[in-house]
Amino acid sequence: MAHCHSAGLKMDIPAEAKKIVLAGNPNAGKSVFFNYLTGLYVDVSNYPGTTLEISHGRLGSDVIIDTPGVYGISSFNDEERIARDIILSAGVVLNVVNAVHLERDLFLTQQIIDTGVPVVVALNMMDEAEKRGIRIDVDLLGDLLGVPVIPTVAVRKQGLDRVKAALASARKGNMNPELQQKLTSLINRVGSQAEALLVLEGDPVISERHGLEPGKDREEIYLQRRERVNDIINHVVRETSAGAGFGSILGRWMIKPLTGIPILAAALWAMYQIIGVFIAGTVVGFTEETVMIGKYEPAVRSLVSQFIPANSIPGIILTGEFGLLTMTITYVLGLLMPLVAGFYFFLSLFEDSGYLPRIATLVDRVLTGIGLNGRAIIPLILGFGCVTMASITTRLLSSERERRITIFLLGLAIPCSAQLGVIAGLLAGIGPQFTALYGLVILAVLIIAGTLLNSMLPGKSAELLIDLPPLRLPRVDNVIRKTASKSYMFLKEATPLFALGALIISVFQITGVLAFLQKLLAPVTVGWLKLPPETATAFIMGIVRRDFSAAGLTGMALTPAATLVALITITLFVPCIASILVIFKERGRREAAVMWAGTWVIAFTAGGLVAQLLHAFGNNGNPRGIALASAAFAALVTLALLAHRRLKAATTRT
Amino acid sequence: MTLDRVKKGQQVKIISIPDEMIRAQAIRFGIAEGSVVLCEEIVPAGPIVVRKNKQEIAIGRGLANKITVALNLI
Repeated sequence: MAHCHSAGLKMDIPAEAKKIVLAGNPNAGKSVFFNYLTGLYVDVSNYPGTTLEISHGRLGSDVIIDTPGVYGISSFNDEERIARDIILSAGVVLNVVNAVHLERDLFLTQQIIDTGVPVVVALNMMDEAEKRGIRIDVDLLGDLLGVPVIPTVAVRKQGLDRVKAALASARKGNMNPELQQKLTSLINRVGSQAEALLVLEGDPVISERHGLEPGKDREEIYLQRRERVNDIINHVVRETSAGAGFGSILGRWMIKPLTGIPILAAALWAMYQIIGVFIAGTVVGFTEETVMIGKYEPAVRSLVSQFIPANSIPGIILTGEFGLLTMTITYVLGLLMPLVAGFYFFLSLFEDSGYLPRIATLVDRVLTGIGLNGRAIIPLILGFGCVTMASITTRLLSSERERRITIFLLGLAIPCSAQLGVIAGLLAGIGPQFTALYGLVILAVLIIAGTLLNSMLPGKSAELLIDLPPLRLPRVDNVIRKTASKSYMFLKEATPLFALGALIISVFQITGVLAFLQKLLAPVTVGWLKLPPETATAFIMGIVRRDFSAAGLTGMALTPAATLVALITITLFVPCIASILVIFKERGRREAAVMWAGTWVIAFTAGGLVAQLLHAFGNNGNPRGIALASAAFAALVTLALLAHRRLKAATTRT
Repeated sequence: MTLDRVKKGQQVKIISIPDEMIRAQAIRFGIAEGSVVLCEEIVPAGPIVVRKNKQEIAIGRGLANKITVALNLI
């Protein structure tokens, strides 16, 4: 068994096995091929950035490796780097091409052919192309490219068997003779045509590997390739009708603010109704209360107590208030799983329909104010599902600067689905005026933090440049499969961390550390935030999971004002252990530590400010007091922003 | 003129794209210097959506005002 070093992946591949690599643009439908060829399940993805985890499987004695969807191979972002390395190590490339999107997709095809690797092209989504009036001469396309081209409709399993058979007859394709000549002189120095190509195209990583200066010919090669691809398309494609159906009209509406904002609002409202009201209320009421707390917990308690007394230390750790077998399991399966699954269902719908890049276009204007571009809306929306996963997805952003801002905002001001569920429940109990103030404060903190980061961090963020794929009706089976696989992955990642958190808190409780910390935090909780001392427990729990702490508040008798202050503080408080681990991994120790400490300061400052304002303008929660407090808060925020702008203008003048 | 000045429905020829990386990315999407594109949509103060054949891309305002174009009157 040899290690597959060249691809940077940890996988055991027998030395004699042929490496078949699946490559294609985002949206091409690669994953269906992967599933068919390996029989293994893999995430079926539509948006760049969702298959960063590379899957591989077996096909007889050969190995099939999946790659992230890319538009070309170079070093533009993580996905491309991964795809590039895997394709460089390939024996055969199965390139999946979207027949509706030939102009875009064949660029990658020609680039892969130019690397000199044997290729088979699966021309996918032939049915959609036909529906749109696009006729493709498949045989001629095969002749021009010089590789086997198989028409397929992967989701209906049409043509898949032919693709499998064609893998044996993969061939090196035709390429620009001029480019061929340029490459020949380099091949002797770098050893392979593929690496020679990437050096010529100025790929910094591959050039460095061979101690060469990155080539300066990228643009020329790209332009010639583009010309060649356009020429091929002119020969093989006949369009019978323009076919601008309802899809393209709706797609346009989604982008224009006048119609796009109501559409987005309607989509979010539907999401709230289903996840926030139906799942968080009805479904979780059944799974958590009836099934887990009503049936499961008593059963497991009585079972464990036959071997271990319930009030002994192991008994408390296993089945106590924060028990590993009781609270952890109830929490993960009864509360989180339904919420997370509901969320991923919507996200998969948005992804598969092509709605996400349109949301990015719609909100681009707003996000440029906080140093991001429209693309950042994807991790930010994902954050409402799970901040941890969202932090990983920031890899699709193009600059370090944007990743830094997005990760910090995610950790600071975006409550995840689990936390939102608990928060929504608590807010519903104290009245709409408090809910409004809660929303106002969190949004204000998000905007202020983003604006400040944008002006403090050096450099400039990248501008939006995003592909808008044709809008299409998502396939139900695809959406459900994707929801299931994402929810499963979430549970697999999150459960050990919940267990760890529960264990830590149980130990704190047994050893009396909890009571000590409560006393230690009292000046902050009681004096500054005007909360009862027990709320410190909630904050301590919040270090592990923010939603633990929100859930911890449910049991306490708090005034509406105190509930609001506690909720604001907890929302802005440190991200959960899982997120902070990811942030450490993604951003490095120093930056992550600064972020973590920053959330403490911001959470207690904002929470305290609200507490003091409420105290000054009426603690009893009458609407007039709340309105005054809100107005005072808004005034403070405006003043701060104005002062900041003035200051910035002054510094740029000098 | 620059791309952010284009009106919806106008056809323009791309004269120059400033950044090398952006240029490379645009070529992959099928749009190079010299290409003729159709302005499909303009988000007020936001991105410009252009189309060439079937390919649509959204271009942020800050980038669009650095892309020089010429009106295609044919």
